[in-house]
Amino acid sequence: MSVTPVEVTGTKAARRNVVERRRRPRERGRIPLSIVLGLLMVYFLVPFWWLIVNSSKTAAGLFGGDSALWFADDINYWGNLVDLFTYGGGIYARWLGNSALYAILGGVGATVLAVLAGYGFAKYQFAGRRLSFAILLGAVMVPTTALAIPTFVLFAQAGLTNTIWAVIIPTLLNPFGVYLMNVYARDAVPDELLDAARVDGAGEFRSFFTVALPLLRPAIVTVLLLSVVASWNNYFLPLVMLSDNRLFPVTVGIGLWQSTASTYGAAGGQTLWSIIILGSLVSVIPLIIAFLGLQKYWRGGLAIGSLK
Amino acid sequence: MTATTEAPLSTKRRKSTSARQNLFGWMFVGPFAIIFLAMLVLPIGYALYLSLFQKSLIGGTRFVLFGNYVKAFSDPSFLDGVWFVITFSLVLIPLQMAVSLAIALILDIIVTRFARFSRLMIFMPYAIPTVIGALMWGFLYSDTFGPLAELFGTFGAQAPDFLSRNLIFYGLLNIVTWQWAGYYMIILYAALQGIDPTLYEAARIDGASQWQIVWRIKIPMVAPALLLILVFALIGTLQFFNEPKILQDLAAGSIPNDFTPNMYAYQQAFSLANYNYGATISFALGAVVFICVYIFLFATRKRGSIFS
Repeated sequence: MSVTPVEVTGTKAARRNVVERRRRPRERGRIPLSIVLGLLMVYFLVPFWWLIVNSSKTAAGLFGGDSALWFADDINYWGNLVDLFTYGGGIYARWLGNSALYAILGGVGATVLAVLAGYGFAKYQFAGRRLSFAILLGAVMVPTTALAIPTFVLFAQAGLTNTIWAVIIPTLLNPFGVYLMNVYARDAVPDELLDAARVDGAGEFRSFFTVALPLLRPAIVTVLLLSVVASWNNYFLPLVMLSDNRLFPVTVGIGLWQSTASTYGAAGGQTLWSIIILGSLVSVIPLIIAFLGLQKYWRGGLAIGSLK
Repeated sequence: MTATTEAPLSTKRRKSTSARQNLFGWMFVGPFAIIFLAMLVLPIGYALYLSLFQKSLIGGTRFVLFGNYVKAFSDPSFLDGVWFVITFSLVLIPLQMAVSLAIALILDIIVTRFARFSRLMIFMPYAIPTVIGALMWGFLYSDTFGPLAELFGTFGAQAPDFLSRNLIFYGLLNIVTWQWAGYYMIILYAALQGIDPTLYEAARIDGASQWQIVWRIKIPMVAPALLLILVFALIGTLQFFNEPKILQDLAAGSIPNDFTPNMYAYQQAFSLANYNYGATISFALGAVVFICVYIFLFATRKRGSIFS
């Protein structure tokens, strides 16, 4: 590929010219590609549609011969919602609360640790930095589930299993978050700016809070979102650590209901199925709202690690 | 390792700078380092320790050195599970990468409001807990709730049962692709957006077609992002647990307890209380993952990896 004079003249006019011209070939093939995109979207949305439709059905509607992808005559959202939040003494609301607690404490904690460590790795030439960073990169590749069994045995000896800490403490570990923060902090926080703050008499922590933190905001939101989602969605860890169903997060709780309903077979577990379906729908709403609301932050942030 | 890499200063000044760098560097990294040691290094060490012992009702706990590993690597349950996750990865990862890359390339070409909306919708499954994702597809596959029987019935055909023993592989393949393709697509899309558009213009002036631009410029330019995705997908798939665990009850009989190494470790540790063997399997699996990924990264290092 040769470089033509059009690109080397970096004037605004030339650039606009380029933009104009590159738009035209793009128009071609737009309709077939949009159709492909539309079909893909249908595929990605079908399960949501199924969930929305079927959580409106009564047990009879669910098991009757009606279409699985369209509403029954009887729309029973309210009835199912009442069933969902009263079943088993209102345990579902408790599960939702637990999920929120684990996601917030675990996610925020993991983010705080990752921001501090990522900044430390990026901005201080301390003894052992290279070695510890190499170990950290290795740790990104350690499968987290491999840690669950030994962590469980260790926590059992400390009397921590079946408490909220058994879920929260292991969630604080997020080596990938540290890696992302480090990559971001290296470029986003210029050394000159920190030096200037030091010359002005600001201490290390003060320059961190007043100079570095605001510059790190996009990466912080991304790491926070990723950690919160990871702990909201976590299944293996709480499944292993918790036996008291009042401590379950919603993922483990719905898994339990599902397993119970399957054991009883389609007939015995009929009412349970409608609340499992609605329960699944309700449990995904908070995250969908979070993602839609924080769109402008994560859209750029998710790519931090991949552009290098 | 010494950390003084700055230009030569007076010895005294250098000494005090380096002490300062050490102190504050470790203060920032310290909190994470503690969690890292407690929640990663300690459990790994403990898993290794546990794996060197065997517990029996009569003989009590005794030291067997690598006895458990000899047992694991001749245990068909473990080996079949490893074989399954490896074959599953070999099919899944190329499929997932192809789907997410295709979508990202389409979105990079058409910049309509519809395209922006579909980008968000295709990303949506990422926000869904894997438990709920598996459950949603389990419902869609099921002959009681799902639309498949209905759809195939209108053509007078027999619906495929993705929960049956023969097709569960494809059933799971679809679930995992659905869940993660959107996230990978966002990473690739951001990488594509980061490419300097003047490159396309230069190529076009040289007579390159849209296809040639895709193959010769876009795909090579996003290679680091593809590599990142591949590594994450590999780590995730080798520790496969949530989806088969959730489908286990719905797909009666198709998913045994030793379906994947992680499920087998879970069964050993928590159903049979054989923590030593469970830890052995976890540790062996962790080592397999780590070594696979490390070799892979080492082999592809020249092409510009995030870890180099």
